[in-house]
Amino acid sequence: MSLAIFSFIFVMWILIIIGGGLMVLFVGPLSFSGDGDLDPLINSGLKVFIAMILIFIWVFALLKIKNWIFRKIVKS
Amino acid sequence: MEQLIIPAIIAIVVAFFSVYGLTPFVIRALEKRNITVVDANKKEKTMIARPGGLSIIVGIELSLIILYVFFPISEILAVILTTFFAFIVGLIDDRKTMGGWFKPLALAFCAAPILLLGAYDSNLNFPLFGSVSIPLLYMALVVFMIPIMGNTINSIDVLNGVASGFTTIASFALSICLFILQNYEVGIICLCLSFASLAFYKYHKFPSKIFPGDSGAITFGAAYGAIAIIGGVEVIAAIAILPAIINSFLFLSSVKKIVEHREIKNPTSHTDDWKLQTTSENHAPITLVRLLIAKKPLSEKQIGTEIFKLAVFSGILAIITSFMMGVNI
Repeated sequence: MSLAIFSFIFVMWILIIIGGGLMVLFVGPLSFSGDGDLDPLINSGLKVFIAMILIFIWVFALLKIKNWIFRKIVKS
Repeated sequence: MEQLIIPAIIAIVVAFFSVYGLTPFVIRALEKRNITVVDANKKEKTMIARPGGLSIIVGIELSLIILYVFFPISEILAVILTTFFAFIVGLIDDRKTMGGWFKPLALAFCAAPILLLGAYDSNLNFPLFGSVSIPLLYMALVVFMIPIMGNTINSIDVLNGVASGFTTIASFALSICLFILQNYEVGIICLCLSFASLAFYKYHKFPSKIFPGDSGAITFGAAYGAIAIIGGVEVIAAIAILPAIINSFLFLSSVKKIVEHREIKNPTSHTDDWKLQTTSENHAPITLVRLLIAKKPLSEKQIGTEIFKLAVFSGILAIITSFMMGVNI
């Protein structure tokens, strides 16, 4: 059982590193120009939105992994 | 670096010995006033003093005030104030059971000193890829960080010695990471938390003489979260407490709402030889402990040891991550 949890922690760690890479390489440099003074606010708002989508995908992936671990336990 | 050594030693000694010396008095005072709770995992009815947050906060605050006298920087003041406010929130929750939303909301306000004193850098640092500047998003992160860390440590406070032992391992790992990143001042602040929690572990370990309660567990979590923010090591700090994050994640994904832990069904029951086994109750939440005993029942001490092994593993991952911070691909 412990091995499955160790693996789960390891997968979370990998997902954090990949998620960080996506933030730095893609979300960070994004720039949305539009309405002069409102630009920084729009930029930040859209980056927050994209970050939220990334977090949603991260949580979804973890839920799938968690369910897989549980199925494995039930079968064993 | 050399000028940091003497203040660091004084602060660490004060953190350790003030908690070590004060906790027995707190235990006696609580027992005298009958402020005790039943230890649910003992065969014989055992009453344990609770909460022990007072000795923890005294140890952390005294050591940080000493550090502040030597280095009057806003970062130390931010940790002092944030931790103290979080302790007050925990104490209110200890004295009067509040709703599930009370703690997250109240703890969010505890992050105010960090924001008002400007004791943060709005760059979020990631391993291998560098950092990203997110000024607005980072302010939201600061506000969320304290409630998340406070509740994460609080949610793992389910067995004798786990919250204090886990905080000791995670904060020692974070201190090593901060020293690797040459952030020595914040590394010393983190060492104060490590030694304060280590001293409390002496009385909290199996069989417990005192429980930290919400005031103790939230103080640990808030101090840890504040250190992560002022040290700019949010990602590393999160990695070091991954087992506790998993516990919260499993709990939230099974309960699907924020509730006070006293309101939920116990996910474990006892065998005839008083080991913990997973409950047959369908609506009980999934937790880290329930995962650990899914295959076979374990004693309270064995579960604690398993959680500490997971904490050491995630601490090692955090240290590896701090080495990766210096590498850009």
